[in-house]
Amino acid sequence: MVSGFALAVALCALAVALWSFTQSARNKLPDAPLLIALAAVEVLLVAQLVVGVVLLAGGERPGSMATYLAYLIGCLVVLPVGAFWALAERSRSSTAVLGIASLAIPVMVLRLNEVWSGASA
Amino acid sequence: MEQARRTATGPGRILVAVYAIFALAATSRAGVQIGTKFHEAPLAYTLSAFAALVYVLATIALARGGLRWWRVALVSCSVELLGVLTIGTLSVIDSSAFPHATVWSVYGEGYLFIPLVLPLVGLYWLRRTSPATPPHPDAPTTPSDCP
Repeated sequence: MVSGFALAVALCALAVALWSFTQSARNKLPDAPLLIALAAVEVLLVAQLVVGVVLLAGGERPGSMATYLAYLIGCLVVLPVGAFWALAERSRSSTAVLGIASLAIPVMVLRLNEVWSGASA
Repeated sequence: MEQARRTATGPGRILVAVYAIFALAATSRAGVQIGTKFHEAPLAYTLSAFAALVYVLATIALARGGLRWWRVALVSCSVELLGVLTIGTLSVIDSSAFPHATVWSVYGEGYLFIPLVLPLVGLYWLRRTSPATPPHPDAPTTPSDCP
């Protein structure tokens, strides 16, 4: 159930990453649709945080609590900081920066899921 | 000065972004390791913390630019390359000495070998943006590498 949601979040972030890199390759600056897509992924990550906290409150426990919380909260900061860094200098590189930030999300979400399923590190 | 910002302009912004992600990953990992199980492998976790420090320093130095930060970035990237090669080799030769993974174990295998490639790209970029040499024709001297 949780892993289905994690997979959906990971795939959405991956799609946004590919979109960013395509736009960057086409010499495009970060535009509104891309930023909206990024915001949508961030909303999914907030939802993931809520789901994670609810599961913890329900008494379920991950393989390593500290690692789990680090991923749960850590993946929330990546996109806002990435967007801030990207928009400070608008160029085709900023669009690629958004891609890099989005690419980190599936990695973190899938690791988060592994830790939840019992991996300890 | 234009030159003062060069490492953080154009493609350099992508490099800073990748460094920042590794700084976050390495810092979190070291923090969790040291906070929860430092006694299990003090050496490996101290190395983790050291690696994290190097990534944080490299990220800040590349993002800031300027002659002084350029030098800090050069030292950070060099130490990083030395670290990943040393720890990588040691962990391959004697895996029992490094049972607890660091970012640099097996040349960064757990991180798609990006820890091995990143300092090379960093050093290449620092050479391109070197304050000692005239700007490369392709190097971004102004924040507009977009037509």
